[in-house]
Amino acid sequence: MPAVSKGDGMRGLAVFISDIRNCKSKEAEIKRINKELANIRSKFKGDKALDGYSKKKYVCKLLFIFLLGHDIDFGHMEAVNLLSSNKYTEKQIGYLFISVLVNSTSELIRLINNGVKNDLTSRNPTFMCLALHCIANVGSREMGEAFAADIPRILVAGDSMDSVKQSAALCLLRLYKASPDLVPMGEWTARVVHLLNDQHMGVVTAAVSLITCLCKKNPEDFKTCVSLAVSRLSRIVSSASTDLQDYTYYFVPAPWLSVKLLRLLQCYAPPEDAAVKGRLVECLETVLNKAQEPPKSKKVQHSNAKNAVLFETISLIIHYDSEPNLLVRACNQLGQFLQHRETNLRYLALESMCTLASSEFSHEAVKTHIDTVINALKTERDVSVRQRAADLLYAMCDRSNAKQIVSEMLRYLETADYAIREEIVLKVAILAEKYAVDYSWYVDTILNLIRIAGDYVSEEVWYRVLQIVTNRDDVQGYAAKTVFEALQAPACHENMVKVGGYILGEFGNLIAGDPRSSPPVQFSLLHSKFHLCSVATRALLLSTYIKFINLFPETKATIQAVLRAGSQLRNADVELQQRAVEYLTLSSIASTDVLATVLEEMPPFPERESSILAKLKRKKGPGAASTLDDGRREPGPGGDVNGGVEPAPSTGSTPSPSADLLGLRAAPPPAAPPAPPSAGSLLVDVFSDSPTGGPPSLGPSPEEAFLSPAAEDPGIPIPEADELLHKFVCKNSGVLFENALLQIGVKSEFRQNLGRMYLFYGNKTSVQFQNFCPTVTHPGDLQSQLVVQTKRVPGQVDGGAQVQQVLNIECLRDFLTPPLLTVRFRYGGAPQALTLKLPVTINKFFQPTEMAAQAFFQRWKQLSLPQQEAQKIFQANHPMDSEVTKAKLLGFGSALLDNVDPNPENYVGAGIVQTKALQVGCLLRLEPNAQAQMYRLTLRTSKESVSRHLCELLAEQF
Amino acid sequence: MMQFMLLFSRQGKLRLQKWYVPLSDKEKKKITRELVQTVLARKPKMCSFLEWRDLKIVYKRYASLYFCCAIEDQDNELITLEIIHRYVELLDKYFGSVCELDIIFNFEKAYFILDEFLLGGEVQETSKKNVLKAIEQADLLQEPRHEYFNVPVY
Repeated sequence: MPAVSKGDGMRGLAVFISDIRNCKSKEAEIKRINKELANIRSKFKGDKALDGYSKKKYVCKLLFIFLLGHDIDFGHMEAVNLLSSNKYTEKQIGYLFISVLVNSTSELIRLINNGVKNDLTSRNPTFMCLALHCIANVGSREMGEAFAADIPRILVAGDSMDSVKQSAALCLLRLYKASPDLVPMGEWTARVVHLLNDQHMGVVTAAVSLITCLCKKNPEDFKTCVSLAVSRLSRIVSSASTDLQDYTYYFVPAPWLSVKLLRLLQCYAPPEDAAVKGRLVECLETVLNKAQEPPKSKKVQHSNAKNAVLFETISLIIHYDSEPNLLVRACNQLGQFLQHRETNLRYLALESMCTLASSEFSHEAVKTHIDTVINALKTERDVSVRQRAADLLYAMCDRSNAKQIVSEMLRYLETADYAIREEIVLKVAILAEKYAVDYSWYVDTILNLIRIAGDYVSEEVWYRVLQIVTNRDDVQGYAAKTVFEALQAPACHENMVKVGGYILGEFGNLIAGDPRSSPPVQFSLLHSKFHLCSVATRALLLSTYIKFINLFPETKATIQAVLRAGSQLRNADVELQQRAVEYLTLSSIASTDVLATVLEEMPPFPERESSILAKLKRKKGPGAASTLDDGRREPGPGGDVNGGVEPAPSTGSTPSPSADLLGLRAAPPPAAPPAPPSAGSLLVDVFSDSPTGGPPSLGPSPEEAFLSPAAEDPGIPIPEADELLHKFVCKNSGVLFENALLQIGVKSEFRQNLGRMYLFYGNKTSVQFQNFCPTVTHPGDLQSQLVVQTKRVPGQVDGGAQVQQVLNIECLRDFLTPPLLTVRFRYGGAPQALTLKLPVTINKFFQPTEMAAQAFFQRWKQLSLPQQEAQKIFQANHPMDSEVTKAKLLGFGSALLDNVDPNPENYVGAGIVQTKALQVGCLLRLEPNAQAQMYRLTLRTSKESVSRHLCELLAEQF
Repeated sequence: MMQFMLLFSRQGKLRLQKWYVPLSDKEKKKITRELVQTVLARKPKMCSFLEWRDLKIVYKRYASLYFCCAIEDQDNELITLEIIHRYVELLDKYFGSVCELDIIFNFEKAYFILDEFLLGGEVQETSKKNVLKAIEQADLLQEPRHEYFNVPVY
């Protein structure tokens, strides 16, 4: 190493760092930093020009301070200056500062781009690499716009150095990921694929990452890479451990490149060409064979690198899912790892086996490891490994081992980490339901869940057990008996009271013959829990009581006394009070026949997917529960038709593919649907939850179709709509609207006459929104001026959840009024509607235009017709800060032109409004008068209406 | 693709941060705080991988310093562990038995070496020789000023 390597002799920096390290307290550190910042500031502001070395040193100090976690708000200009230094280390520090600190502050980016451009075209490979690293590190859209077209050329140029090609490939990858539209596809793409054949392993390593990303987006165009990748891979895996010299890592040939090539192949199906496929299978077998060979080194690096390739190979085998022989071999290999002394390998083996369990070829092979996995669940000391074991047990579960797995998971639940309890509960509930052979086992399992981990049993789980018991008459008696016994425990979980209350209210008669569980005993048992329960549970119990009056007329007097008690009739909670009043009246005035009809046993629930499975999927992300989807699903009826007396237990269900509910599938459909919620019956009015709609993906449900004509009548925008709109004239993201229920966030980007907007609807309550339906309308002439395409959003928004809606916008011609956004939904049964102005204003399609003073004045004069000019003189509503003003003008979309107006206090800008039909050039001038706290704003454009409208919009901003 | 790499000490002091995805400073600080806490709380024999948000965290401790990377769901954990190790080897070769202090006082060099090795969150060059050659060349390009005068400049 060169002697100068350490610290570059920047002793001032070393001294500063030592000082900081010697600080005894946070306060001392801050004091020292502030002193240094003051020093640097004075040096940067001083009259004396700093030499490059000092600048480098100070910029480096600033960087250090930033990395300590302090904010840095100056020094950017000095860093940019360093870029144009011809001394390498100065340049390098300048780039480093920019890479670490710069977010796309637009003015600065332009200056940086200048420096980058110089280095990129310098033909000095070291400088070129620095520039490429900088682009890759910042990766902003502005940089993409400036360089995306140049980099492919550098990448495939015959005379580019290898190191430059490597940087260019990954730099392009970063730009492509950030803004794919900016990277032009073309002749270079074919040549990029051939980099897989490059002699330089480093070039191949870098290029594969780029190619993989391109393949994902355009698989057809890059198909030729498959055979090239296979032959490259084949050469690597068959090479001796020293063939590849410096690319061999602890006796493993090119592990990084191998892993990347295997990843690339996972973008495609197995090769069709028999020769290519044969060669690939040979590679995969070689890797599996090598895993059985004795290690060439005891170092963990050797084993890690070798196994990294092995795991990636297994991933590819699983991805193909077509070679039973390889799948089983992979499974056996992973089986060995399950008992490996390295925790990392055990973890990965459990994880990888989860995917193997879902393949029909290897499911049985995975099952043979059940004892090892159960043991892992019991003995692993690391919670993340135990979590993997639980996942794998869930994935390998089928009818043959369900009882064993469920009982092991239940046992584990007693000691499980709090972090994963809810997930285990959901998994047990799903498995118990899916693989139940007799339903008494199912009921026992769920009640055990509540007993062991009641706090983690979500509503979905206990709703589900009620649905199943209601639908299966062979288990109702057993369920009633079991809950009755469970309720006798001195301390039982509130969820148990809910389940018990509901089941006894429906089926308590089935055990009433036994004197130990006679009606009065059942009632007093339930009522003994009443006072300790939450409002929701007490409400449910009141419903149970009225059902008891019907089931057991002998309890009527006792129950009426309870309902009549002041604590119920005058309860502070309106729901409880209302139930008490209405139930009491109902029981007093209705005849036995009416009572029997109203309080009849619940009809079977319509077949629908398990809301538990939906919940697990939400928790784990899509695909998490996919191993249980066996394709035997049926679409359930569109809506929840349980308008019955009990609070309908299923309104929380979110449509999604169904778990197979044994037996229920075959159950006859509900004989006669109960009266719809709007039928007007007293009880129904009180309790109807107005449950809604079918899965959003299955076309409009009846509810939605009903709403759509209303979309033509967007309603009147809320009073604050204009004010909210003005907030977004100069910015593109933020909170558009917020009230106690709903928050609407917006984020948008515009290019030329096109725009894309993301709306985020957040449910601030804990209750699901239903019939959620945002629509965009174009009042008046807007239809012919602006196109807004909206994507559908789900019809339900869970409490605390957020849904996103994408809007694609095209400006056809200039327009004056913004489109309207109407959001309708039902919250707790009550319809809500809200109309806002969508923050799309004509200036969003403004492209900044740079021009010199002379050109500006020439155009200004050309637009001198009175109707082309709009002017406004107005009072400042905000402090007159020049930085803020500049930011607003830039946010408004115009370019800021310096040195144009003779008065430096004034702002001058220019831009072009881009619409599909026409472009309107705009010039603007803003003259602040600080003394009077006034502004004069002048707009000149070729179109009268545009001048006036822009002037009005902009005048609101200051 | 690697999303970010953090180097922090046993005391939780951040020594190096490299972000391959655009995030606000606020978000970066939040992530750092959360991860430093999570990783430091783990016991020595535990697995080097953990799930965190929708990412996978791969970490390893070298002497007093933790190296911690966040990768995406489909990325390979073991090869990431060796990315960390290769980076440590590069630092070691460059500084000569590297320790935490080298990284504190020469953080800029640690960044330069990292940029030669990883770019945009992907491995750019795995050959130790080639990476160090690039850094050496850069060092040789340093302005000759100090060598001529051999006087420390403040």
